[in-house]
Amino acid sequence: MSRIGKIARRSFLVGAAALVGGVAFGVYAVRRDPGNPLHDDLKTGEAAFNPWVLIDQDKITLIAPHGDKGQGIYSAQAALIAEELDLEWGDFEVSFGKPAKAYWNTAMAEEAVPFMSTDESFGAETMRSVMGGVMKVMGMQGTGGSSAIPDSFVKLREAGAMARETLKLAASNRSGVPVAKLKTEKGAVILPNGDRIAFTDLAAEAAGLEPVTGTALRDPSQWRLVGKPMQRLDIVGKSTGTQTYGIDITVPDMVYATVKMNPRQGAGLNGFDASEALALPGVKQVVEITGGVAVIATNTWYAIQGAEAIEFDWAEALYPAEQDQHWEALSAAFSPEKLDKEWRNDGDVEAADGDAIELEYRSPYVAHAPLEPLNAVVKVTDAGIEIWTGHQLQRMLQQQLAPITGHEPEQVTLHNQFMGGSFGHRLEFEHLKQATEIANQMRGTPVKMTYSREEDFAHDFPRHIAMGRARMVTKAGKVEGMDLSIASPSVVVSQMGRAGLNIPGPDVQIVAGAWNNPYALPNYRVRGYRAPELAPVSSWRAVGANAAGFFFDCALDEAIHAAGADPLAERLRLIDHDPSRKVLEAVGEMSNWGGALAPNQGRGIAFVESFGVPTAEVVQVTNTEEGIKIDKVWVACDVGTIVDPVNFEGLVQGGVIFGLAHAINSEITYSDGMAEQSNYYDAEGLRMRQVPEIMVRGLENGDKIRGIGEPPVPPAAPALANAIFAATGQRIRELPLYHHIDFV
Amino acid sequence: MIRLKVNGETREVDVSPEMPLLWVLRDELGMTGTKYGCGVAQCGACTVHVDGTAVRSCQEQIGDLEGAEVTTIEGLGTPDLMHAVQAAWVDHQVAQCGYCQSGQIMQAASLLAETPNPTDDEIDEAMSGNLCRCGTYPRIRAAVKTAAAKVQEG
Repeated sequence: MSRIGKIARRSFLVGAAALVGGVAFGVYAVRRDPGNPLHDDLKTGEAAFNPWVLIDQDKITLIAPHGDKGQGIYSAQAALIAEELDLEWGDFEVSFGKPAKAYWNTAMAEEAVPFMSTDESFGAETMRSVMGGVMKVMGMQGTGGSSAIPDSFVKLREAGAMARETLKLAASNRSGVPVAKLKTEKGAVILPNGDRIAFTDLAAEAAGLEPVTGTALRDPSQWRLVGKPMQRLDIVGKSTGTQTYGIDITVPDMVYATVKMNPRQGAGLNGFDASEALALPGVKQVVEITGGVAVIATNTWYAIQGAEAIEFDWAEALYPAEQDQHWEALSAAFSPEKLDKEWRNDGDVEAADGDAIELEYRSPYVAHAPLEPLNAVVKVTDAGIEIWTGHQLQRMLQQQLAPITGHEPEQVTLHNQFMGGSFGHRLEFEHLKQATEIANQMRGTPVKMTYSREEDFAHDFPRHIAMGRARMVTKAGKVEGMDLSIASPSVVVSQMGRAGLNIPGPDVQIVAGAWNNPYALPNYRVRGYRAPELAPVSSWRAVGANAAGFFFDCALDEAIHAAGADPLAERLRLIDHDPSRKVLEAVGEMSNWGGALAPNQGRGIAFVESFGVPTAEVVQVTNTEEGIKIDKVWVACDVGTIVDPVNFEGLVQGGVIFGLAHAINSEITYSDGMAEQSNYYDAEGLRMRQVPEIMVRGLENGDKIRGIGEPPVPPAAPALANAIFAATGQRIRELPLYHHIDFV
Repeated sequence: MIRLKVNGETREVDVSPEMPLLWVLRDELGMTGTKYGCGVAQCGACTVHVDGTAVRSCQEQIGDLEGAEVTTIEGLGTPDLMHAVQAAWVDHQVAQCGYCQSGQIMQAASLLAETPNPTDDEIDEAMSGNLCRCGTYPRIRAAVKTAAAKVQEG
């Protein structure tokens, strides 16, 4: 095995928790071209220069393989290609394309390597590039981990440049004018005499040429689209009810269906009586599937009514039935034999001299609950599976569904759809397996399966629970040490386990947001403890950094107050990473930190680095007679380069609200093995009247470009808890906060 | 047969009188701009106008709507001819996933029809029945104000 292969294998075993399967490979495989899926069904006169650009005589189509769950990546991908291809904004079509190895995600694995994002040493960088190689070999196409922009930023501009230069070569061949004298603008090649040849007009000739590669990318100072405010391509559709989501798909002759699965997740079905349901109007059929039943009807509502009329005998839960038992399992996991990994051990925290405080924290299960309930339209025939749905892992979807019907993965045709939110829920396959099982029992008939909201809550695969224990040491007005231990089940093992994949090695998500903060605390230890698998859990926007970031920053804040230091000044004293220092300084300046407040007001600050993005937030609250009111939030973060400032601001504000909302009032608890929350009245989130003004500043000091989908979420909860302490003197160490204090 | 007017067109449907308007629109009439989110009037994604007033279509039984005039997001405006509220939604680039926005827009249009110049509190109050999981609330607030100003200008 080559040296690089050995490194990859070793790193895989020690820390590549987000990757799947075991792998060993050589450099050759990494460099091998994974093929261009657009060549599979290319028509005469069409030119596909690379997997992202398709031009024929009528139109230009840009392929945007990353799934759009609301983050705007559909538009951002198009902008990156159009920037170098010299297309006017919107003068092209965009397609999600089809699942293909060529769309492997180079960036998704990066943050799985066991180096801090702020570590840019040779070793860390080598490991990250190796991880990209692993993803390529496996053809892992996916959207998640705030990786779509880092994955796309260079390669989609290169795709645009390659297409542009090839079109210029075609124009040169036709006109006899040397390439160096040709320009491109607005979708055309411009000859020195001012004549224009449209790209579409050149497609047939360009198709016969070897694509021109190796062109240098333009300097950012020349950018027309990237970095400028742009109107998202989906914004008119989403403002007029004309944007189609998976749940809106209609296919000729389809039937409507819903499912009722054992509410004790993953457990079986002993028996059922559907006689009452079958007598209801519109109900056509009730079919058994693994772990539950499906009701087939002429309308989704009839199907839901039918499902509610069935009597079930469900099997017992496969995990502890009561919530208290889950917490007990976490508490018991703080033992040497359950140590998953010691992720950081700077100085000697046990020997650190000073005053010590000991703290314990809890973070609950939380549902993703995207507003569009899970759904899929599936048609199974002898030729294969055709599926219309919105999903984040396109190729894995093929691999997961094919065995159900006895087909090969290549026989699964996915029409990926815009998603009405995901927050990680649409990384799951169970609902798609169910829809495929139904359609397989009625081959030839397309089945549209829609979850009821109650079914969606019952089968959400929530964010993992976690417990933290911190021992903080202070001396002479300074924080001297943090010893933080975190116990949780492994979200990666649970999630990938459902897909039949065995993930070895420690799980960095147990401690993400705690071990990696660039503080030069003299004594800084973070250890992850692996609790047994309990209720099935899944990646939830920002994953581990929610719980671990809350524990870390609240414990730090408590120690700073114990030391009698200023929360911002002490964080600034300890921070040891220039872009991170600047986001703290920015948020301090924006919020006029230290300025006068009313006696019943308070401000809290928090800093959490996740997905390589240092993010600082200040929350200001007022303690009113009716409860805590959130007045304002200031947030500063650094993604290196901002692709679209308008979309960026919206995502940051939305991320802050997402973080605050769940910190305040959302959790999933289990009783008799079933989730006790069934609809939004049990996990409400924030409503308009509760939403504060949110000021955003995006910095661009970091060396690498990063994604912004997740990083604004984790600091919101600790900043709010710290603000509540500042306003009331009450320390709350458990989420959701509304168990301990009222909110307006 | 139940007869009602949807976006000015008379439609007849043959379904249980208990079926909510939402599912008549989506699965019987193929008008999918109106969204299903919760089914229990918690999220507002299914908001439409019945006789000019914003209602949750998941709570309106079709049997009670004989002869009613229903306006959905498709009837409020079109991509080529947007209602002032829709135009403001585009200007402020409100939508992220966009799934709740049909309901938000229908709620805002109803608010402005009744209260052309709402205060901040009136906006917050009227819009607090509509959930947005992506957290676009700051831009919804701004867009309602822009739309109000436009409506005022006439």
